[in-house]
Amino acid sequence: MSNFDIQSTLSMTEQQHLDTLSDIKRMMERSSRFISLSGLSGIFAGCSALVGAAISYYWLHDYYVSWNTTGRFDAEGFAWLRVKLIALALIVMAFALVGGIFFTWRRAKRNKLPVWDITSRNVLINALIPMIAGGAFIAGLLYNNLEAMVAPVSLIFYGLALVNASKYTLSDIRYLGIAEIILGILNVFYLRRGLYFWAVGFGVLHIFYGAIMWWKYERQSA
Amino acid sequence: MNNPIGNLNKIFDSRIRLGVMSILMVNEEVSFNDLKQMLELTDGNLASHLNTLEENGYLKVHKGFIGRKTNTTYSITKAGEKAFKGHLGALESMIRSID
Repeated sequence: MSNFDIQSTLSMTEQQHLDTLSDIKRMMERSSRFISLSGLSGIFAGCSALVGAAISYYWLHDYYVSWNTTGRFDAEGFAWLRVKLIALALIVMAFALVGGIFFTWRRAKRNKLPVWDITSRNVLINALIPMIAGGAFIAGLLYNNLEAMVAPVSLIFYGLALVNASKYTLSDIRYLGIAEIILGILNVFYLRRGLYFWAVGFGVLHIFYGAIMWWKYERQSA
Repeated sequence: MNNPIGNLNKIFDSRIRLGVMSILMVNEEVSFNDLKQMLELTDGNLASHLNTLEENGYLKVHKGFIGRKTNTTYSITKAGEKAFKGHLGALESMIRSID
């Protein structure tokens, strides 16, 4: 056996071992983290949030203009504005969610990975726990006419949901979650500026993080 | 002389068994169907490999029900964890010895 033969058998087994190790690493990652989450989902959700924030800005603006011109509090007008804003928030959330699921589903399909498996289930369950708690809490705030608290509370609970779910998906989500929590806490000290904080948290941050994640993970395949 | 190949675990020669162990290392409990989906295997093929691992005491089987459907889940045992880590160590030292 020549020296060259020995060398090539050695490097072949080395390659096999390296393959085995990368197999193990891939299985560990794929089975514990949902990696198909698309940055485009974040960008889409952020854009929906900004459109929603713009619409509510005009509604609020109109309401305050009419308040200033009539010079008195219009209970009926306020109740109607409240209903409209709640409906708008729910529609924006549903819209962002559907778009978000679409882009993530598309990415999973392109990479030939399952969309609904143990990892996406873990993401969903762990995100839903703080989200449902937050939703119930917000319903309680609205019931007690504490509208000004809705924006900070939604930011904080959403941030907690992201931090909690980040263990089961791309770890970048963790920092987005922390940023949302910080923003929510700041908002508590500027209560009447809820819409701006809300637009930054759900709009700008989503677009920013979505773009980073797209750049990091999806640029080549696009 | 210490032969590093001797430390490689024969049971983990199979990529499927190695895959099952990799998944169970990072997930507390995984159902048969989830394993099947992640490893892209047929029922029979996966079952025979799981049997081998169970016979060697590397994994625990929990038989449960979701409604009327059986839901079998698997988790790794202490012995299984030790064997898997030993195998990884052996692979690592082999690669090192070649370099």
